[in-house]
Amino acid sequence: MTRIPLAGAQHAVRLLLLFLLPCLLSAWGQSATADVSESRARALLEALDTDSFQARGDAARAIADSDAEQKTRWLQALLEGRLGKARRGDRFYIITDDSGREWPIIDAISYEEAGTGTRRTVEAFRINNELRTRLQGLLASLSLTSGDEAARLRAADRLLGEVAPDNVETVRQTLADEESPAVRERLEMALALFAVTRGDAEALDTLRGNLDTRVRNALTPIAAGDDALAGQTRAVLEGIESKRAWYDRAQTLFFGLSAGSILVLAAIGLAITFGVMGVINMAHGELIMIGAYTTWLIQQALPGQPGLALALAIPGGFLVAGAFGVVIERTVIRFLKGRPLETLLATFGLSLMLQQLVRTVFSPLNRRVSSPEWLQGSWQINEALSLTLNRFGVLLFCLAVFAALWALMRFTRLGLEVRAVTQNRAMARAMGIRATRVDMLTFGLGAGVAGLAGVALSQLTNVGPNLGQGYIVDSFLVVVFGGVGNLWGTLVAGMSLGVINQVLQPWVGAVLAKVFVLVGVILFIQKRPQGIFAPKGRTS
Amino acid sequence: MFQHLCVRRLLITAGLAVALPFGAQAAEQDDQGPIRVGILHSLSGTMAISESTLKDEMLMLIEQQNEAGGLLGRQLEPVVMDPNSDWSLYAEQARDMLTGDDRVDVIFGNWTSASRKAVLPVVEELNGLLFYPVQYEGEESSENIFYTGAAPNQQAIPAVDYLMDQGVERWALLGTDYVYPRTTNKILEAYLKEHGVADEDIMVNYTPFGFSDWQSIVSRVSDFGSQGRKTAVISTINGDANVPFYNELSNQGISASDIPVVAFSVGEQELSGIDTAPLVGHMAAWNYFMSVDSDANYDFIDNWVAYTGNDEAVTNDPMEAHYIGFNMWLQAVESAGTPAVDAVKDAIIGVTVPNLSGGASTMMPNHHITKPVMIGEIQDDGQFSVVWRSPSAVAGDAWSDYLPESQNLISDWRAPLRCGRFNVESMTCEDGQGAD
Repeated sequence: MTRIPLAGAQHAVRLLLLFLLPCLLSAWGQSATADVSESRARALLEALDTDSFQARGDAARAIADSDAEQKTRWLQALLEGRLGKARRGDRFYIITDDSGREWPIIDAISYEEAGTGTRRTVEAFRINNELRTRLQGLLASLSLTSGDEAARLRAADRLLGEVAPDNVETVRQTLADEESPAVRERLEMALALFAVTRGDAEALDTLRGNLDTRVRNALTPIAAGDDALAGQTRAVLEGIESKRAWYDRAQTLFFGLSAGSILVLAAIGLAITFGVMGVINMAHGELIMIGAYTTWLIQQALPGQPGLALALAIPGGFLVAGAFGVVIERTVIRFLKGRPLETLLATFGLSLMLQQLVRTVFSPLNRRVSSPEWLQGSWQINEALSLTLNRFGVLLFCLAVFAALWALMRFTRLGLEVRAVTQNRAMARAMGIRATRVDMLTFGLGAGVAGLAGVALSQLTNVGPNLGQGYIVDSFLVVVFGGVGNLWGTLVAGMSLGVINQVLQPWVGAVLAKVFVLVGVILFIQKRPQGIFAPKGRTS
Repeated sequence: MFQHLCVRRLLITAGLAVALPFGAQAAEQDDQGPIRVGILHSLSGTMAISESTLKDEMLMLIEQQNEAGGLLGRQLEPVVMDPNSDWSLYAEQARDMLTGDDRVDVIFGNWTSASRKAVLPVVEELNGLLFYPVQYEGEESSENIFYTGAAPNQQAIPAVDYLMDQGVERWALLGTDYVYPRTTNKILEAYLKEHGVADEDIMVNYTPFGFSDWQSIVSRVSDFGSQGRKTAVISTINGDANVPFYNELSNQGISASDIPVVAFSVGEQELSGIDTAPLVGHMAAWNYFMSVDSDANYDFIDNWVAYTGNDEAVTNDPMEAHYIGFNMWLQAVESAGTPAVDAVKDAIIGVTVPNLSGGASTMMPNHHITKPVMIGEIQDDGQFSVVWRSPSAVAGDAWSDYLPESQNLISDWRAPLRCGRFNVESMTCEDGQGAD
């Protein structure tokens, strides 16, 4: 029973055996009386108890090759840092929950409960990156034939570039047994790449247009030769490279649009208060911050449900920031009508007060707003193009906010009154429009939209008292560049500044890209002071 | 000249004679009253996330020392100020601490290099003592500052050696745009090129403080790292820009087995605000980790948890540096028999105290200390698991051997040399001060 797997074991196990001979001998000595499989299990685990990551990896390999029933669970626990040994004594444990300072533990061989352990009593086996990669490979090869489809897919994906003469037959056999088309495709790719490296030109056709960087990296040295195969490979490589270049451009465009959508969100509230009403509101950034803090507060009230909290934060952030806006308009701004310099100073003072208020109430430390599952990770379109979901979500949100705002201004009574008051205040009042009420609602609307920007920003950046300061200059830049008083101008300006910034960034770095954009906008404004879109009608 | 001196001496004597009754009283009181310990850490602003715990730790250490009977039979009295993450306020408050009747005997403080550079002229002018607990870029040595954090040869260089050992051939150096990352990256570039790394295999990128739009930089690093040769990122990104950086890494699916990131400014405290599950395997280089396996460390953690009353409280490397620095200062004051600055400065060189990782640290003549170097990998619980440790403690080097402008410089504050910038080639002290 003990000899069969040993006979079939590979080189690593043989090395290991030499190393472990005394240990195994004693295990055999006991085998007459004790349970044979338990002593073997113990020997396998004892091999893990070494200082060298290399030796620990070899021991893990031996476990994977053994017939121990517990091997998958051991390797999984080792991968997660939850397999350990008693500091005093020779029992092995699996830590079932390592979150607190006292861990519940079970015996690694019999799975019997063994009370609790702490860092002082149980020493968990450590792994490093290289060993982690090896363990993932071992677990993947265990699941290539047995796991569910997702696990098989991951395992097959790992094989690309890893097929070698000693395992090619196994892979072919797996391909013959495999039914899932997605897994089959991965396996065929892996085999084709192997065939090309062995000089098979026909296999190149399978690889044509494959965007995986491992294919490109494996083909590059082959293409460097001067035989017929090298020529064909070069053609395939060129195809791959040009396809990748296109996807790279698409990716940069997406980065630009997503950076632009943040600018648009931050600026569009200002486009209403500054663009339409003509109020220079230096506290605009702090209204964004209030929206972000509202998101955090709602998340605190609904622990464990970040998705629901985020959904509620959208109206919540709008209402809270809007209410702040209405209060600011009633108490400060309406008394300073037509005095831009004083408005500027007063709102600047307000912004400092709001920052200090937040520091006093919530502490100066940043608050962590968590993202719901569906905003984490990325949407992998293919190997060369993937869109991060949080940025994609913010882009869609920005477009939705813009559409709603545009519809509000275009189709509702309030929108009509706002446009009327903007174009000719005296005439609008003569027609029976209550201009002061419109002022209040317009400012509240702009503040509320700033709150919405805060909700979106909480998913991308740190929520702290200084959050708003970083966006105030950008917001004015976008509004002025787009054309004061024009929502479309804000959209176009924000998006184009975002794209220009992201195109420049790889060339000149983040700091210089911003400088170039700023200089560019200044020059543009010199040439065309009214911005991209000239305001229609008279503005006050 | 002589006459002038004479007049001055006369005046001083006269002054002393008049002041003697009060002076004697004051001196007596000075000997029995509390010994004042200044704590100069920001409790608000961007650096508060890191610095406010150090203030609490110092209060704990002082409380423990007072319970154990104080120092020289006198009690220790903490003097806490809040420089609000404003570099010039650090200098002002250090000046406040070092002047007047309630002058402090020692200051424990600062985090960023910018704040240290602001305080340096003040402590030199007023002859104070400053214990600086954070890893820094080196290229500095002051008679009045003791650097208990790591110099580049105690953190950055060993980390690069470890990665080379792991087969890394391409290097992306990402940093925040200020003095520490720029100097460190300059040293690292020189070091890498000395080891045969080509120009096109090094990528350098700087971003401003608080940067959050990491998407295109992370994507560029990902391109840079998928050319078929093993690539690593060396991160000197500081402060809260780390949170969006690591979030972007995990969102773009860059795991440690693809491109490992080694950070020099990210510890347990900074990770406590991030979900670390996608970051498992990314690394940090420090001289201490909370997970270090030693009884001294377990005792320190138990005390810290009890003191803060927070079961989740974490410890980190700068906390260990303050622990070492405080104990060195205690021992130096005891052996000098007085907290007077000049006596302590001389007595502290050569003092050896236990550190938290089971070994001992010694204060070297260049005002840096010996420390073990460790590389830790991030775990899913926000802790680090130590994957490499230097075989022995490494002495901090004030002047880097890899920069042409400083490779001939050494620092030695013992008599008779007493020089922070001594050129071993020309055998002169570049500070202008001659040997004693």
